[in-house]
Amino acid sequence: MAKSVEDLPYIPLMSESSAVNKTGVWRVIKPIVDQEECNQCYICWKFCPDVAIHIDEEGSILIDYDHCKGCGICEAVCPKKCIEMVKEE
Amino acid sequence: MIQIRFHGRGGQGSVVASNILAAAAFLEEKWVQSFPFFGVERRGAPVTAYTKIDDKPIWDRSEITDPDYVIVLDASLVAVVDVTNGLKENGMVLLNSESKPEDIELGDSFRIATVDATEVAVAHGLGSKSAPIVNSSILGAFSKASGEVDIKSIEASILKMAPAKHKENAAAALEAYEKVQF
Amino acid sequence: MPMDVMTGNSAQAYGAKLARAEVVAAYPITPQTTVVEKLADLVASGEMKAQFIKVESEHSAMAACIAASATGARAYTATAAHGLALMHEMLIWAAGSRLPIVMGNINRAMAPPWSVWADYQDSIAERDTGWMQFYCQSSQEVLDTVIQAYKVAENHDVLIPAMVMEDAFYLSHTFEPVDVPPQKDVDDFLPPYDPPVKLDVDNPVGLCALVPPDHYMEFRFKIAKAMEDSRKVIQEVDEEWEKKFGRSHGGLVERYRMEDADAAIIAAGTMSSTARVAIDNMRDKGKKVGLARLRVFRPFPYEEIRQIAKEVDSIGVLDRSYTFGHGGAFYTETAGALYQAPERPHVKNYVIGIGGRDIPPKDIEGILEKVLTKEDGGEVEWFGLRTSGSREVN
Repeated sequence: MAKSVEDLPYIPLMSESSAVNKTGVWRVIKPIVDQEECNQCYICWKFCPDVAIHIDEEGSILIDYDHCKGCGICEAVCPKKCIEMVKEE
Repeated sequence: MIQIRFHGRGGQGSVVASNILAAAAFLEEKWVQSFPFFGVERRGAPVTAYTKIDDKPIWDRSEITDPDYVIVLDASLVAVVDVTNGLKENGMVLLNSESKPEDIELGDSFRIATVDATEVAVAHGLGSKSAPIVNSSILGAFSKASGEVDIKSIEASILKMAPAKHKENAAAALEAYEKVQF
Repeated sequence: MPMDVMTGNSAQAYGAKLARAEVVAAYPITPQTTVVEKLADLVASGEMKAQFIKVESEHSAMAACIAASATGARAYTATAAHGLALMHEMLIWAAGSRLPIVMGNINRAMAPPWSVWADYQDSIAERDTGWMQFYCQSSQEVLDTVIQAYKVAENHDVLIPAMVMEDAFYLSHTFEPVDVPPQKDVDDFLPPYDPPVKLDVDNPVGLCALVPPDHYMEFRFKIAKAMEDSRKVIQEVDEEWEKKFGRSHGGLVERYRMEDADAAIIAAGTMSSTARVAIDNMRDKGKKVGLARLRVFRPFPYEEIRQIAKEVDSIGVLDRSYTFGHGGAFYTETAGALYQAPERPHVKNYVIGIGGRDIPPKDIEGILEKVLTKEDGGEVEWFGLRTSGSREVN
């Protein structure tokens, strides 16, 4: 909803972090990790441009599907070829 | 208003001299203004600077074209620059020169004063013979020859504002005050 | 430190010191260099408590000031000519971010031809960036205006950065008496900056967000409104200054001998100081002439100009810069303001003092004679141009 001059602050402010912007809906293909094959090198974690790959308590790769845009970089950099981009249903 | 124009060479301290003279007159509760004609100043190149002194605030910010006094920090400039240009009739030219005033040929309509400021400066360790820093000496001479600003004010301003060798500069001014001929 | 003799550039530096600027980021350029040297000395000696940031360009200097100001620090810089031009992009960022940065600009001609002398093209070219512009006529006004500018800029109805202009050499390197007010009195006049929003790790916010077309216009309107509201604040701050320090600089437009004047000139900077002498000389001859000094060019004082139009039959507008294509900016803005005025006197533009050419009182007297006689024959004259042809552009 567009706001009027009176309702807007004096400068454009972002009071919330960009985490509230769920960019996961932009995705048409999604990365699936084969956890059996993955040796936890974390190269995908380092390369993910959206910080949408996390490492869980056990050290496993965890994809944040709320924010992953499905760019496929993780699949491209994975040396074990254990990430596969599959079509969104 | 009293208007003084300085002619010097880059490195001799003409701009600093114009400021010290203004500060000295300011100590005597005058309104003052001094500024350089800023050219592409390099060591040895001709430099012009101005000082204005008045009993009331000085609003005119234009260059001095009809000075009451012309101060020449290097006598060899007379051959290169028209130092008396616009100088008022009976105005005074103060030259850094070994010559006596009567031997200086600048026409009959001006008063001439001379002082060997180079000798005085070098004797006080201010610069070298080829590049003497004569500004403090010439100001001492100006105080006596013009009678416009007291030597005590010149001395106080030199002690406050000289970039280095404060005591030597002040002593040079006092010596030139005694030696100036006019 | 009461009355002392100093240059306009020292006055600029003392203004920043007395205003307790907390961050100084600057890059040296003739004829601004001695402002930065003086501030560096003051910070190095501990006399001024500020972060002095050495940067590799003017673009970076303004970027550093923007970052500092965004954290709530009082930021200061100074530049001239090509340095200001290099800052252009960052000037718009500073104004759009509504950061009350104060900057000294030593008005210097733009090259080529290469020049280091007084000319207003540098700041006139930044007219549309959203910065307030003050033009000074004395070193005293420079010192006072730097402090005033912070008070205006930091007012929550304004929050717009300000440039404080000095003419190259005619002020920057001119040594003259300046009253340096006590720090305590300046502290009473100018409280610490209280930003409505600032970058703070404990309360994170994002500044300068992307704004789509349905909001950009509203944010730009807010800048327009703040600039409009600054008029009243500029006037009030100068009045408050006069009460406290005993001297006014005229608010937006300073009038000199305008009582019963038939003709007036509009001018800014040091030429308006010299113009007082010309006007006194003309008045001595019984000629009714006066001066309206544009102390502030942004916001443009259109109400004051319309008032002058009611009082005189003829106005000459003196510009120390030229907007290639049509007239000097002071002239086109004056003429633009007068179109909406109930009275429209004769108006002509005189382009003068370009590239630091000296302006003696007799030149201004020559212009005043022409203004009095409503001399026709063109809209824009390049006064003092050496030519065998016409001095009229159009």
